[in-house]
Amino acid sequence: MSMYRKRRSAAIASGLGLALALAACSGPPGSEEGAGAAGGGEAAEGCEDYQQFIEMGDLDGTEVEVYTTITGDEAEAQEASYEEYERCTGSEISYEASDEFEAQIAVRIQSGSAPDIAYIPQPGLLQRLVNDFPDAIQPASEEVSEKVDEFFTEEWREYGTVNGELYGSPLGANAKSFVWYSPAMFEEAGYEIPQTWDDLIALSDQIVADHPDTKPWCAGIASGDATGWPATDWLEDVVLRTAGTEVYDQWFAHEIPFNDPQIVSALEATGEILRNPDYVNGGLGDVSSIANTAWDAGGFPILEGQCWMHRAANFYGVNWQQVREDVEIGEDGDVFAFYLPSASEEKPLLGGGEFVVSFEDRPEVNAFHTYLASDVWANDKAEVSNAGWVSANSGLDPELLQSPIDRLSNELLASDEYTFRFDASDLMPGPVGAGSFWEGMTNWLSNPSATEDEVLTFIEGSWPE
Amino acid sequence: MENIRLWVEYFWEQISGFLLDAETPVHKLLLMLVAIVLFVVVMGAILLAVDRPKRVPNWLVTAAFAGPALLALAFGLVYPALRTAYQSFFNRNGQEFVGLDNYVTAFVQPEFQVVLRNTALWVLLVPTLATFFGLVYAVLVDRTRFEKAAKALIFLPMAISLVGASIIWRFVYEFRDAARAQTGLANQILVGLGLEPYQFLVNAPWNNVFLIAVLIWIQAGFAMTILSAAIKAIPDDIVEAARLDGLKGVQMFRYITVPSIRPALVVVLTTIAMTTLKVFDIVRTMTGGNFGTSVVANEFYSQSFVQGNGGMGAALAVILFLIVIPVVIYNVRQLRLSEEIR
Repeated sequence: MSMYRKRRSAAIASGLGLALALAACSGPPGSEEGAGAAGGGEAAEGCEDYQQFIEMGDLDGTEVEVYTTITGDEAEAQEASYEEYERCTGSEISYEASDEFEAQIAVRIQSGSAPDIAYIPQPGLLQRLVNDFPDAIQPASEEVSEKVDEFFTEEWREYGTVNGELYGSPLGANAKSFVWYSPAMFEEAGYEIPQTWDDLIALSDQIVADHPDTKPWCAGIASGDATGWPATDWLEDVVLRTAGTEVYDQWFAHEIPFNDPQIVSALEATGEILRNPDYVNGGLGDVSSIANTAWDAGGFPILEGQCWMHRAANFYGVNWQQVREDVEIGEDGDVFAFYLPSASEEKPLLGGGEFVVSFEDRPEVNAFHTYLASDVWANDKAEVSNAGWVSANSGLDPELLQSPIDRLSNELLASDEYTFRFDASDLMPGPVGAGSFWEGMTNWLSNPSATEDEVLTFIEGSWPE
Repeated sequence: MENIRLWVEYFWEQISGFLLDAETPVHKLLLMLVAIVLFVVVMGAILLAVDRPKRVPNWLVTAAFAGPALLALAFGLVYPALRTAYQSFFNRNGQEFVGLDNYVTAFVQPEFQVVLRNTALWVLLVPTLATFFGLVYAVLVDRTRFEKAAKALIFLPMAISLVGASIIWRFVYEFRDAARAQTGLANQILVGLGLEPYQFLVNAPWNNVFLIAVLIWIQAGFAMTILSAAIKAIPDDIVEAARLDGLKGVQMFRYITVPSIRPALVVVLTTIAMTTLKVFDIVRTMTGGNFGTSVVANEFYSQSFVQGNGGMGAALAVILFLIVIPVVIYNVRQLRLSEEIR
């Protein structure tokens, strides 16, 4: 139990003590509490879906502390998604988000002030935390485990598992193998959505020939001290396409070296687009401008007709409105996305997601964790989300998703036709996945003399033994 | 026994409840009264103790005054420093002893060598250039009509936080494609002169110099203030005598001004050097340590908290500590020397 929590509960208890003394009441503390649904009793109106969580213990008047990476508009949507749960169970969710989460979570665990529940954005970080602090993180409870089995595929369960034990239940998901484009521009120019990798390159050449005052691609990878991550996604997507999922799995597990010849040729293939002065950087500058263009502004030249294609995840959808409030996402709208075509028969889908872990085993924490792993939460969240949120939860009703891009992502995530693979940099050890991989890719784009082999050898050298 | 414990707990709850959960105005006023009474009692006790004639031994007085500060230093500074040094001999999560491996890595691996090179570049350029500009400026505006306004102007950047200054300068360096209108001041000037826009923050190694310029911009004001005061303290008779001997302009500066303010110059140089060694905000805000601009303080943070490499981070912190120490010692000695002269 954290210090903070201890002090809080002491204060609450003492407050109660005073109230009781003043009222000269002799009953045991807490007996007079009872607004809303009483623990284990019958549910309030419209709370049938939440009955299963209410039955997990005396939740009324409890508080659950949640610590996450999700900030900004998305944080508001997160908080809004718990409202029904809070109303029905009487359990209060206190939400705290930080951009410094990855740095702070270990500090908070070490200092004994871990939250009740945290959303961990990378399986690699989950592994590290479980290995470094085996007593801090609770293995998933039976109820959570059941929900994960019911609503998620084996792959997703595996990402939340460390040393054979399930710790994290999947929360949100994202799909990264998308290319954003302007349907209107494509139609006007008579271009088709490319179906193979060769089509994609042929289309790029076509654009260079037809529209010499624009560039086919635009990109930006600047993101504070995480600069470089969009470029790692690029390489991962290409590795999946040119080398295949099997090599990809060996690559992130370091069964083959980071600078394996197949990865070198994948990076060269990436370079045919990202380091090609004819292809980039539409409306933003030359190749090196990719390195210091903010990742969320990398696709904006599409709206100005300066650039044709921008490879980014479904959650890039929320950025468009930074340019104009009325940017419409959809097949007939201002911007939409197509699946980044594959070079082989396989249809790989790169993606990511967050994992919910508990640091406490109090009933209200377990109930909330179970709720987050259930279809009830997934649908609650879908109802309040704008563009850019999906889940791999199979209980999610696609009709509830607000944006066409989210419906498309959900379709791809749920489909057997596509092979899902988790973002490799999130699976690699911290010094690589949150360090040299970002750094190496940034260097590859900002320094024209760095060769593919050099960059990958540098990253290989930083792999911890 | 159990009964007594329960009673104690009960009363403690009553008291802490009374102290912590004031909701009504009456309750709050009552609390205020309690606080005032407590204050009077405690202060009275202290005054009474101090007022007692010399029966208290000397060591107790010393301990009472220096003790809390020493304790705070030991707990907040000495203990963490020792622990960091200890951790630097361990692997990333502090579970495996690795000897000097982290230090070897820091000096041998090319990416860490770049970090050390950059730090050296910062420490060489910032103190010398900031002091130089500050000194020249102080001499130039000394005893002119607009001295006050001119000094305020160059001192202003000192009032801006390092992060604030970094954001301002990132706007100055902002790059746009030549085909589009520039938004950054620096590139607009280049374009105005008919040159191509330049990637100030990306093109290594010169990007380091453009980051260094930010700290010089901030620190020159500090140097100017101290040095200007020192210049004003040069006795008039020395200046007069030198003038009678025929010294003028640059010679006066070289043979009279600079030697007279030498102690102040050294203090300014070393103080800025210490600030520079610890520079973190500028690098992190402007480039995040990318494009070959990382410095020791930034790399230490990144290793410890982003990459989860505690041992390496601790080793870098120790290296930084070891580099700063001689500068601090020199600084303190110079301060003491200049005080003796006075």
